[in-house]
Amino acid sequence: MSVVFYALAALTVAGGLGAVLLKNTVHAALAVAVAFAGLALLFLSLDAQFAGFAQILVYVGAVAILVVFAILLTRASETPAGGVFSSSWLAGLAIAAGVFAVLGWAVLGSAQALPLSAVAPSATVHDIGVALVGRYVLPLEIVALLLTAATIGAVIVALHEKERTR
Amino acid sequence: MTGSASPLAAYLLVAALLFAIGLAGALTRRNAILVLIGIELMLNAANLNFIAFWRYGPHPEALTGMMFAIFSIAVAAAEAAVGLGLVIAIYRHARTTDLDQMNRMKG
Repeated sequence: MSVVFYALAALTVAGGLGAVLLKNTVHAALAVAVAFAGLALLFLSLDAQFAGFAQILVYVGAVAILVVFAILLTRASETPAGGVFSSSWLAGLAIAAGVFAVLGWAVLGSAQALPLSAVAPSATVHDIGVALVGRYVLPLEIVALLLTAATIGAVIVALHEKERTR
Repeated sequence: MTGSASPLAAYLLVAALLFAIGLAGALTRRNAILVLIGIELMLNAANLNFIAFWRYGPHPEALTGMMFAIFSIAVAAAEAAVGLGLVIAIYRHARTTDLDQMNRMKG
């Protein structure tokens, strides 16, 4: 594996660790933006240009900003009195460590069935566009419907409550 | 450990580590927004698996893993919008985002 891969993996994992461990919520949101950017670079290093740039646009561009907005709207940046971790943090940590142990055991223990293709596969935007309106047209339409419904639903859910419920 | 492993296994290990970090965040953090961040990290780790299997799989020209990752990104964006909208609605009602205090079904 190349130096680039190790650097990107370290950046991504460090961003993820920062998002989970940092006490200040705004700092955690910025750390998760670093993790998303590292993942986008990992996608680019896997020759998946379209997915990498979509990741940058959607996650680094939209989701990170949305998270920061939500933090600022809910005063979540103030550290609560009982600490930032829940009362059952030890059980959660044990479950996560167990999941990682099982996943790592499965990855390292599985035999390689096929020779890895060394040449980079070509996935131009043209190929992806043809596939999206050809074989994957029904999922594309469903995602369009889902995004419309999610946008309307998010606005309705976050609207002010009616006066009578106050 | 990953020095001798194949590139696919190295990418899968990074994805597994990121998934475990996201799971730990979702299970241990007290703030609802940071739980959502942990879930987003887990979704992203799954996307990295799809892209890695697409890159090193037998039929990359079929674009299956790539397409799954792109659709997954779109669905995750919708999930983040609705989830953060729910957090804001709950905050407006209960004046907190602390999950340890959200223990009543009927507000």
